[in-house]
Amino acid sequence: MKISVIITLKKDVLDPQGKVIHQTLDGMGFNDVNEVRQGKYFEIDTKETDNDKAKAKVEDMCKKLLANLVIENYKIIDPK
Amino acid sequence: MKSSVITFPGSNCDRDMDVALKKFGFKNKMVWHADAELPKSDLVVLPGGFSYGDYLRCGSMASKSKIMKSVINFANSGGMVMGICNGFQILVETGLVPGVLLRNKYLEFICKNVFVKINNKQNKYFKNINNEVLELHIAHNEGNYFCTNDQLKEIEDNNQIAINYCNQNGKLEDQFNPNGSIKNIAGIFNKEKNVLGMMPHPERMIDTCLSGEDGSLFFKNLINNLK
Repeated sequence: MKISVIITLKKDVLDPQGKVIHQTLDGMGFNDVNEVRQGKYFEIDTKETDNDKAKAKVEDMCKKLLANLVIENYKIIDPK
Repeated sequence: MKSSVITFPGSNCDRDMDVALKKFGFKNKMVWHADAELPKSDLVVLPGGFSYGDYLRCGSMASKSKIMKSVINFANSGGMVMGICNGFQILVETGLVPGVLLRNKYLEFICKNVFVKINNKQNKYFKNINNEVLELHIAHNEGNYFCTNDQLKEIEDNNQIAINYCNQNGKLEDQFNPNGSIKNIAGIFNKEKNVLGMMPHPERMIDTCLSGEDGSLFFKNLINNLK
């Protein structure tokens, strides 16, 4: 079963990369962008076949390694 | 005094640290990250470098390596653990010291000498050091210290800030902050002050021919404090 996770920076955390991407987009003529925030995306292929158990395990992975909860939020995408 | 320097895949300041520790009298051992047991040590050092290629977040993978369980136990039982640069990033990922190190504010890799002011001398790292300001070297891409407001309050209430970026007269101002760190923080302690994480490299300032001597002051003082 494949489970996807999106990690984003929390609202108050400075994202200089997002800022530079925003500036570049602006320079390319995409003038209507308010803000860009950069994040990370993971696809985890697990042997677990039970949806809830798989999600619980991935949540544990997020808390222990994939995200740093001081600065990041994680969102697990339902495989269905 | 016995010290141990941990080498992770991608560490590159481990041998410099070995040279520095030995120069000032430590009997140092190099310890591989996949080992489970720490040798008997009075000081454990997590060196600078790019452990695991800085994948995911700097220091995140190294913080989960086998030896780190022993390092964490050692620190929690009062052992002296010092993380320099990538070692500091590893320490924050273990949770031994609070906060995180973000990408530098202006997205530049910074490699230069800086001045830092010692904020707290009531600990074995800086006790008895005569100087208020040290000139040390920094070389990092992710040294922008960040923590939540609650964490910052706790850090300040417990006097956990070790050193701040400043000018040569010890003035703490925004213009002397190289990377955007909150409150110009360059290094912090855990609550008990036995764990120190800092971005500057004292091991790069131990030879007048190469750089300067302020790192020598730090190491000479450290070994005396441990005796």
